[in-house]
Amino acid sequence: MPENSRPTEPEAPNERHAAPSDGALTFAPPESRFPWIEDYAVIGDCRSAALVSRSGSMDWLCWPRFDSPSVFASLLDRERGGFWQIAPTDSDLSTERRYLPESNVLETRFTTRSGAATLTDLMPVQDASPAMVPDHEIIRRLTCDSGEVAVGIHFAPRVNYGEKELQIRQAGRLGLRMEDGRRIYWLRSSIPLQLRGSSASACCVLHAGDTLLFSLSYAEDAPAVLPPLDHLESRIENCVDWWRKWAAQAKYDGEFRDEVIRSALALKLLIFAPSGAIVAAPTTSLPERIGGDLNWDYRYCWLRDASLTIRALLELGYWDEAAQFLDWMLHATRLTQPELRILYTVFGNPAPKEHVSQVLHGYRGSAPVRIGNAARDQLQLDVYGEVVDAAAQYAFHGGTLDRAMQKALLGFGNYVLKHWDSPDEGIWEQRTRRRHHTHSRLLCWTALDRLCSLCRQGKLKRAPLDPYKEHAERIRRQIELRGWNRELQAYVSELDGSQLDSSLLLLSWYGFERADSSRMHTTYRALRARLSTPEGLLYRGETLPPEGTFAICSFWEAEYLALGGGTIEQTRDLINVLLRYRNDLGLYAEEIDGATGHALGNFPQAFTHVGFIGAALSLEQRIKGETQLAHRPAGAGRQQGHSKQAA
Amino acid sequence: MNLGSWILSAVVATLALSTSLALSQGLGLTRMNIHYMLGTILTPDRDRARLYGFLVHLANGWLVSLLYVFIFEARHMANWWFGGLLGLAHALFVLSVLFLLLPSLHPRMASERHGPAAARQLEPPGFMALNYGYQTPLSIFLSHAIFGAILGSLYHLK
Repeated sequence: MPENSRPTEPEAPNERHAAPSDGALTFAPPESRFPWIEDYAVIGDCRSAALVSRSGSMDWLCWPRFDSPSVFASLLDRERGGFWQIAPTDSDLSTERRYLPESNVLETRFTTRSGAATLTDLMPVQDASPAMVPDHEIIRRLTCDSGEVAVGIHFAPRVNYGEKELQIRQAGRLGLRMEDGRRIYWLRSSIPLQLRGSSASACCVLHAGDTLLFSLSYAEDAPAVLPPLDHLESRIENCVDWWRKWAAQAKYDGEFRDEVIRSALALKLLIFAPSGAIVAAPTTSLPERIGGDLNWDYRYCWLRDASLTIRALLELGYWDEAAQFLDWMLHATRLTQPELRILYTVFGNPAPKEHVSQVLHGYRGSAPVRIGNAARDQLQLDVYGEVVDAAAQYAFHGGTLDRAMQKALLGFGNYVLKHWDSPDEGIWEQRTRRRHHTHSRLLCWTALDRLCSLCRQGKLKRAPLDPYKEHAERIRRQIELRGWNRELQAYVSELDGSQLDSSLLLLSWYGFERADSSRMHTTYRALRARLSTPEGLLYRGETLPPEGTFAICSFWEAEYLALGGGTIEQTRDLINVLLRYRNDLGLYAEEIDGATGHALGNFPQAFTHVGFIGAALSLEQRIKGETQLAHRPAGAGRQQGHSKQAA
Repeated sequence: MNLGSWILSAVVATLALSTSLALSQGLGLTRMNIHYMLGTILTPDRDRARLYGFLVHLANGWLVSLLYVFIFEARHMANWWFGGLLGLAHALFVLSVLFLLLPSLHPRMASERHGPAAARQLEPPGFMALNYGYQTPLSIFLSHAIFGAILGSLYHLK
């Protein structure tokens, strides 16, 4: 096999859509060899993540952080990106895969004509144990379950988004050593690997019971820790136990328990443990339109996701994660307060400036590949409402806001008082001119409304209550007058506009309008008429040329129905429809292709999983007759959350 | 031997050595974390190892400075350049002898011959500590020259 080439992706027998290749170890044109986005699985250690395809190829890895430069980026360029594949060489191959129950440990089972083998992939999570372990590590284990299986291993790292080939050195029994400035990578393998330039490979035949073990580790400190391979089995078990213990803390016991736990596990993977920040997705530039240029870097933390995320964490019982996330939002963003940026790095620094990779050609020809995000310079007024609402939820659930947090919230309140009437780029971060977005007004209203509530409940001291009330009322009047289009009988995307926007479903979520009000009913009908696909998915807005449907918008719809906009049955039916668009591992991307059902956009997407968890929680609360959305406390606004009576 | 002068100059020189090695790592000259390396002789716990390593390094610097002081007294000469020269010789010994012996001396360090085992998982430094970065020798020479120069200039002969 030439060192810079790679085998094609084998066809997946149990997938919804036809896979692009036949599984032979031959060389096809690069674009035809891209797996579909939903054909990937994610593994991670709450610091970084890797994507593994159905064919056992690790095609994406950034180390040591989610937003670090890549080590493998074959996801975005089959020729130059770098990858690490462990798979049978047999062309007649079927693949099944799963996460070990309630864990993020991936198992891919290959069945060939002559036998079957199982590949286990994981990134061990650092726990509090004092044992000596690498800073960052990927463990891969291939076990032959039956018969005999010819196996190929191909390791081709290309660091810094494919820019640099690493020189691999043989270091005796220590393994293979790769140095990149202050970074060192060690690959340890239970089978000798042959070096060919900047790649290493091996072929062998496994018989039933044979096992191959691999450990790829990363360190910036020397001496690095080199894990002995004979201890990997117990470390795999420890990692599975760690995830299971975490999953067992979830309080949700509704009808979608397995699916909710899977989404919670996906969300946990995207929480950066050292700071508590949550990245939107572990990838960059997976396209929202195949062949288009809607390719963004999502490896940062968006404040607009705060409110829905903290609600999901709190109501699932993950208090530590919720508290750390809130703490990160209010403390790590201190450098820019009282102004908030749209997005930050995991340590609270502004996201890096956007640039285009000169090396990577993009997923299925979808160029450019962007690194960094230009949205960092945008104004998005809704983030103030998101952050204040997240803090309010935390406080209303019993959390305490310390003095520094209260000071930060008061700063946000003052900022909203001064700027709520300004145009902004809005939730969808359009790179055109600033506009007066109804959604941004809604969240400014939410910020002031929640500050009033916090103040009334004694959780916020020294707040200027009267200006908050007065401006909240002015915003409300403005939305009701200018955010409402009489002709369409619907709330609209911009003040005095005529375009619809799925984010308007959140008017009920934030407590601005009752879900069963006539205005929301007609708005919902208009959204369904103009923004939905025949299959029931929702576009976020009326864009041309159309992109994929936006997955979380459909979950907002489900939540709107659960909050009183529809019946329990309607909510359940919609959730069941949406569950069909997860991949076989229960993962969602950002968008879903309305025509084919393929996943689009960065993957897996935290926001989509948050949306699903929220919809499932609201449905369950409605079934049980529990109060929904406790962040809208009694007296907070003119309209209250949907409650037992409406159920 | 001037006891008071030795104690003072040894403390200052060792702290300067620790600082310059830490700076070398921060600036990307080397990956070597001397405190972690020494601390793991006593504990596998990463955080404690750094603290223990710092204390071990401090004590170690103090002891080794005794040798410098004996040489200063024997030659009746103590100044920055003579101390610096001794520091370079010290660094050469550390790099060429001590680091090669380290896999045998360090209870948690692996060797190229045997590979990692349950009790020995740390990457060995290799010849001239080049495994820890190709500029590691430079950082060690520089740090030890600073150590010797400070000792030579602060120590007052009896």
